[in-house]
Amino acid sequence: MPNAIEALKLDVGYGGRQTAVKVLAGLDLTVAAGSFLSILGPSGCGKSTLLRVVADLLDPLGGTISVLGETPHAVRSRRDVGFVFQDSTLLPWRTVRENVRLPLGVGQGSLTRKIDDRSAELLELMGLGAFGERLPHQLSGGQRQRVAIARALLGEPRLLLMDEPFGALDEITRDRLNDELLALWRRTGTTILFVTHSIAEAAYVGERVIVLAANPGRVVRDLDMRPFKQDGNRCRREDAAIVAAMADLRTALERAS
Amino acid sequence: MRQTPLSPQMSIALPVLGAASILLAWQYLLPLLGVPAYIVPTPTAIFGVFQKNLALLIDNLRPTLIEALAGFVIGNLAAVLLAVLFVHSRTLQAAYFPIVLFFNTIPILALSPIIILIFGLGMTPKIVIAAVICFFPTLVNMIRGLDSAGDNEHELFRVLSATRSEIFWALRLPRALPMLFSSLRIASATAVIGAIVGEWIGSDKGLGALIIQATFNYQSDRLYAAIVLSSSLSIALFCIVVLIERRMIKY
Repeated sequence: MPNAIEALKLDVGYGGRQTAVKVLAGLDLTVAAGSFLSILGPSGCGKSTLLRVVADLLDPLGGTISVLGETPHAVRSRRDVGFVFQDSTLLPWRTVRENVRLPLGVGQGSLTRKIDDRSAELLELMGLGAFGERLPHQLSGGQRQRVAIARALLGEPRLLLMDEPFGALDEITRDRLNDELLALWRRTGTTILFVTHSIAEAAYVGERVIVLAANPGRVVRDLDMRPFKQDGNRCRREDAAIVAAMADLRTALERAS
Repeated sequence: MRQTPLSPQMSIALPVLGAASILLAWQYLLPLLGVPAYIVPTPTAIFGVFQKNLALLIDNLRPTLIEALAGFVIGNLAAVLLAVLFVHSRTLQAAYFPIVLFFNTIPILALSPIIILIFGLGMTPKIVIAAVICFFPTLVNMIRGLDSAGDNEHELFRVLSATRSEIFWALRLPRALPMLFSSLRIASATAVIGAIVGEWIGSDKGLGALIIQATFNYQSDRLYAAIVLSSSLSIALFCIVVLIERRMIKY
């Protein structure tokens, strides 16, 4: 199986090739298919920018990147990538079910495979079975993010990009959603790139955590979490090894800031 | 300090009582103060016009209603279509929006004689004036509305490989509806103003013409009745817009 992501000497910036301010410079990154990667870093280090390059929302200035063995454009056109934003980005005029079904209504022209309407199954899976006819403003923040995840999963993407998806939620809800996300990942085998500001969250959900430094963004710490965890990326938040890994990540993050 | 909200009964009763107190003061206080009836007729005198001259009022309401409605539909439709064109072509917007802006600065009273010169004395110039007066606020609001989707929303549609037309129907247009309806609410009043202004300048039919005739003939009870009727027309249009808005926008 090819790697999910292979980036080599990746330069990314805003403002044109000549005058660009580089957000990422010479970034090398390989992500194995089916893995769960957490991305940590200070504000402005290019975490979200990296996700946007992978999702073909932004073109790199230099270097190469392949996603699932192809160009980001080919992968996006085939709808093999799902994106979850920090604010759930639900359309307020659509019911929960209609929001989850959005991928069935748009972009079908570029598809070569058929997407089934799994909205009922996904709503059940995310514990939203009874909320299908509600409007987004009638849900809590945590429920809205669950809807956004269900929508991202509707097309059965092989790659799920999550940009601080639980950043605006309270700690209890965030912990619960972390567990639900891990259960989902174990079940689907989707590769997940998970951007977060929280060291504890990154260490708990990630099989591997990278820390990016800012100005320009580059990888300054790459920590394999599997030795500290049981099979299936399982651990308890208070495990001594996890706490030690968090201290390691905090040191890297402080140096990077 | 925040005041406690009114009970539902009180929030209906208080405006009714407020209006009743003003009508009573108007009916009994103004004659006592010596204000002559040819300047300010009493509410009962105005109501009397509705009893005596109902056919005349209805005959004059009909053309104003048609002109205001047609102007409302044409002006707003043109504004929506131009807004759609502008948001899809920044070149066209940059070239022509300043001209539309300049056109909007011409006072409608100055523009009306020109419109009547062009379109003659029938209903058409009144419809055009009503349409012109509705056009600009809807154009500006619709452009803003169509552009109001956030970056994340556009990125979401891009990740889904949505086409331009899908982005328009599934994102931009629904996003623009609240702003469109807020300008339609304003237009429901201004369309009637446009029709009446048109009738002032060149017509012998319609509420505008009736207002002018009643003023020159010192028939102030008839003048006030025409004003009440034109205001009722605006309110009716406003209520229809609000009803449609409530059906379409539920969030």
